[in-house]
Amino acid sequence: MGVATAPAITRGEPPSAAAAMKPASRFGDKAFEWLTLAMALTVVVLVILIGWQLYDGSVLAIKKFGFHFLVTSTWDPVADQFGALPFIYGTLVSSLIALVIAVPLGIATAAYLTELAPLWIRQPLVSLIEMLAAIPSVILGLWGIFVMIPWLRDYPFPWLRRFFGWTPLFSGSIYGPCMLAGGIIIAVMILPIITSVSREILRSVPDLQREAAYGLGATRWEATRIAVLSYAKKGLFGAVILGLGRALGETMAVTMVIGNTPQIAASLFQPGYTLASVLANEFTEATTDLYLQALFEIGLVLFGITILVNLLAQLLLRTIAVKSATRAVQ
Amino acid sequence: MHLERTHNHTWRKIKNALAVGIAFTSGIFVILPLGLVFFYLLINGAGSINWDFFTKLPAPVGAAGGGMVNAIVGSLELLALAGVIGIPIGVLGGVYLAEYGSARINALLRFLADVLNGVPSITWGVVVYGLVVLRFKGFSAYAGGLALALIMIPLILRTTEEVILLVPNGYREASLALGVSRWKTIVHIVMKTASKGIITGILLALARIGGETAPLLFTAFGNRFWNHSLSQPIAALPLQIFTYAISPYDDWHRQAWAGALVLVTGVFCVNILVRILTRGRGASVV
Repeated sequence: MGVATAPAITRGEPPSAAAAMKPASRFGDKAFEWLTLAMALTVVVLVILIGWQLYDGSVLAIKKFGFHFLVTSTWDPVADQFGALPFIYGTLVSSLIALVIAVPLGIATAAYLTELAPLWIRQPLVSLIEMLAAIPSVILGLWGIFVMIPWLRDYPFPWLRRFFGWTPLFSGSIYGPCMLAGGIIIAVMILPIITSVSREILRSVPDLQREAAYGLGATRWEATRIAVLSYAKKGLFGAVILGLGRALGETMAVTMVIGNTPQIAASLFQPGYTLASVLANEFTEATTDLYLQALFEIGLVLFGITILVNLLAQLLLRTIAVKSATRAVQ
Repeated sequence: MHLERTHNHTWRKIKNALAVGIAFTSGIFVILPLGLVFFYLLINGAGSINWDFFTKLPAPVGAAGGGMVNAIVGSLELLALAGVIGIPIGVLGGVYLAEYGSARINALLRFLADVLNGVPSITWGVVVYGLVVLRFKGFSAYAGGLALALIMIPLILRTTEEVILLVPNGYREASLALGVSRWKTIVHIVMKTASKGIITGILLALARIGGETAPLLFTAFGNRFWNHSLSQPIAALPLQIFTYAISPYDDWHRQAWAGALVLVTGVFCVNILVRILTRGRGASVV
């Protein structure tokens, strides 16, 4: 921000002698400014490009199915029937499961990192979380298929069914790949971003808050709860929404563990399908134009949802300095 | 009254210890997957890593052995393509945000870059499929490289902007006062001072896209053989891992684990390199 004064120096009229001596560099200045401006404007071009290309690719499907595309659940490429509801449902439910797991863990870890942990633990733990963020999605999916799913199928899933089988959520047969497995793997993927952004937000809480609480005789936890967490509520909500944005678009790891069956089932042990997964699996197999158009429309729906969620997150986080945190885990 | 207060105090201390314990356990749970993934990568992958893995093409289905040399080279080619497009655009765009422009326009550009950073990577694949693959009638290395480049641009743009803003204003003023032109000041003084941070941002972006699979599925597409022309489909390490992981063959599963170990090692090496580069400068540079 300190650069604000720099432009003023050149914006003032330069002495005429200097101008006469260096016509070339005046031209260079202009050219360089225009060049960098053009490069910066690519972000505008890209946003328009995505929206236009996704719409252009799906315009036939949009005309043919209209609003029904979003609310019908038949996905039958052979009969040219396309309804995206099972994918929208799967995307929302798997992301919700991920949030239920990742939000308490992420915020508690962030509170531990900024308020409760001994100082020597903090930096190593932060580094480890950044390393977790660096693991490619496909590798987490590989681990999900061969390690996590067999383990879930043998231990936690039967246990869940035994004690919570009376609810529709945990009833029915256990296959392995399922909505719950998908939600769990997404939780692992979004834990780093929720933790880092929450940590950055808690760090931005003024020390005066803490001092006031300690001054009143609060314990560490009381100070954290009363003076820090409640103060940072809005920012933490922003962190959660940012995590949701990532969860909705998660592709590879989910595709590998969710079972890829377009259905709407009450039981979380049933396989599901997400918007991103159906793109990953079926895009190269689209044999008819309408099929491809429907997949483009899926892409458009996914883009629309994530854009809205991300806009909300950016607005919530706007006022808070979380730049470095988001950078490190993107 | 006194007794009650003591009791209350003990209870508050217990609650405090409990909360710290729960927060600590949460921290363990967060990094547990990292340990588990790394452990299983070593157990399942290390055995299949040998000379052949780095020098041979994939073996036909059913035949044992073979390697992933085409995928490793393919990934490097895709990274190079993405870098050629994405690095200049990202860095120069970041320079504009830090050095020029009005506050309002810059806030908008910054906002759009952040929104772009939240776009699911598979969306880029779909967009580039429509833009390049459909138009030029075929999957190609160019399409894959472009998809990765588009992911890089907003990432590099924001990191570059941040590190350039850290350069003290006195440097600019000193250079301008000596009669050096504005653009030379930016290139030779400002960008040079911030070069470590800029390179860090570039490396992190490369590490990030090096592990991307989704945007390559229907752009680079994958290839079981050498790619002889950039206008043809090309193999990439993450793509190959995905194909092998979801296949029914044990041999391929072993290769997938080995490939994953190589990929993670590469990504972690870059991250460690970044940590060494930025040592002692605090997290703000990253």
